[in-house]
Amino acid sequence: MELTKEEEAALDGKHGETLALAYRVLVAIGEATESEKLIPIEWAHLSGVNYNTIGDAGEQFLSHLSKDTKFKVKTTVNPMGLDFDTISKYELNEQFIQKQQSIKDSYEKMGAIPSFSCIPYEIFELPKKGTHVSFAESNAAIYANSVSGLKTNKEGAFSALASAITGKSPCSDLRDDKNRKPNVTIQMKIKNKDELTYGMLGYFAGKVAGNSVAISGTTNLDKRSCKSLCAGMGTSGRCGMFTLEEGEGEKIDFDDKEMQNVRDELNTSESGDVITLGSPQLGLEEISDLAVMLHGKSFRKRCMIFCPRAIKKQITDLGYAKEIERAGGEFLYDCCICLTPLINKDNVDSVITNSVKGAYYLRTSNGVDVNLKSLSQIVREETK
Amino acid sequence: MNVQVIVKGKTKGALLVSRNPINFLGGIDKKTGLVRDENHDLFGKSIANKILVFPFGVGSSVGAYTIYSLKYNKRAPLAMICLKADITTASGCAISNIPLVVVPKRDYESLKDGSKVSLDAIKGNIL
Repeated sequence: MELTKEEEAALDGKHGETLALAYRVLVAIGEATESEKLIPIEWAHLSGVNYNTIGDAGEQFLSHLSKDTKFKVKTTVNPMGLDFDTISKYELNEQFIQKQQSIKDSYEKMGAIPSFSCIPYEIFELPKKGTHVSFAESNAAIYANSVSGLKTNKEGAFSALASAITGKSPCSDLRDDKNRKPNVTIQMKIKNKDELTYGMLGYFAGKVAGNSVAISGTTNLDKRSCKSLCAGMGTSGRCGMFTLEEGEGEKIDFDDKEMQNVRDELNTSESGDVITLGSPQLGLEEISDLAVMLHGKSFRKRCMIFCPRAIKKQITDLGYAKEIERAGGEFLYDCCICLTPLINKDNVDSVITNSVKGAYYLRTSNGVDVNLKSLSQIVREETK
Repeated sequence: MNVQVIVKGKTKGALLVSRNPINFLGGIDKKTGLVRDENHDLFGKSIANKILVFPFGVGSSVGAYTIYSLKYNKRAPLAMICLKADITTASGCAISNIPLVVVPKRDYESLKDGSKVSLDAIKGNIL
């Protein structure tokens, strides 16, 4: 990769330790993805905010970094492990709360917008189509490329961080138009489709696709299904983009048999003690749908609903929050299902969710069993 | 065997070969280095102090912090050898100073689990 004189100097440490580290990361990615140069990006979205995911190592790293680092471009951040407003309702250990606070402080000190959301594409105004951004958080990167018309690679936590510090990213993979063309087509063969079907399709597609995948046999995806597809794909693979069309190259069917294989891998229980919704976090549209679906009903079980704080006022003003709370729903802001300490094997055996991404991390990281059900099935079977 | 260097360094050790991609965040315990994904071919094994051979990383972008945490907890692999270095793995190794190289498919398939090698990720070869 060719660097400008200025970039070379930064890499050599002439502008401080932090920039040298950031350029070292960008150069490694540039080598890995055979990039010829660095290009400017306008927005970085960072992952690595939940203490459960980054641990003491990450917390200390960020605390050290924040002493002399300021982000150069607009920078937003992923969910934390908890909602500071409702801490007292949950049994959380003091250490977790302190370390989470430290991580939050470090990001804010460096200039991050405290969005604590995995759906930046839904809560922020988007730059014009074709703009280069740097999104870690796999579902957001896929959504940005496939739906929002932005350009990003499926960034890693440190590559997006390096982009936030330098305002740059290697020009490779999905940043280059010729690599955005899918070379595999997944043919959707399932007749009755809901968001869970699309989550499983995404999980399957992630395993077989390269950088970009075409999905045929389906045209209009509602937001819930679309987010579910992005999250499923981001969990299992390295694929960072999909298009809804017939692509060139190999064609692979996603049929009942393939869907059953995914279900067998992720569904480990026939029922659950608690319902969780919101991986990715639910936005305004989904909360509005949920309020309508729950009209006159109430949950038989505890139901945790994860949302970005950015929509709290709206869903309160519009009456959706009240309606869902009346039905027994419990709102949590700034956090999400994945790796939250609010759900663990000491307090729950199994969880009901419509999220394929949630199912994977609940099982592998939180160590609890999962019962996968679509939202309509949850409302049908788990309310009275 | 010649390799493409992504992150520089030198090490010697035994190969631990996985045929499956790795989701570092969900799949690896950052405190112990044990593979905890039951559906993974390395399930129950430790990646600590081995030269880890796997096709590429998948899944969560936060996997890069898992790699950094493994290093911090002294449970990191000595080096990694991939078929295609993904951005999460490359950035995680770069921050953690873990040598990372990429090898072509034919060479990749000749790497045998348990064999001891010397990896020079400066000159770019494996002996």
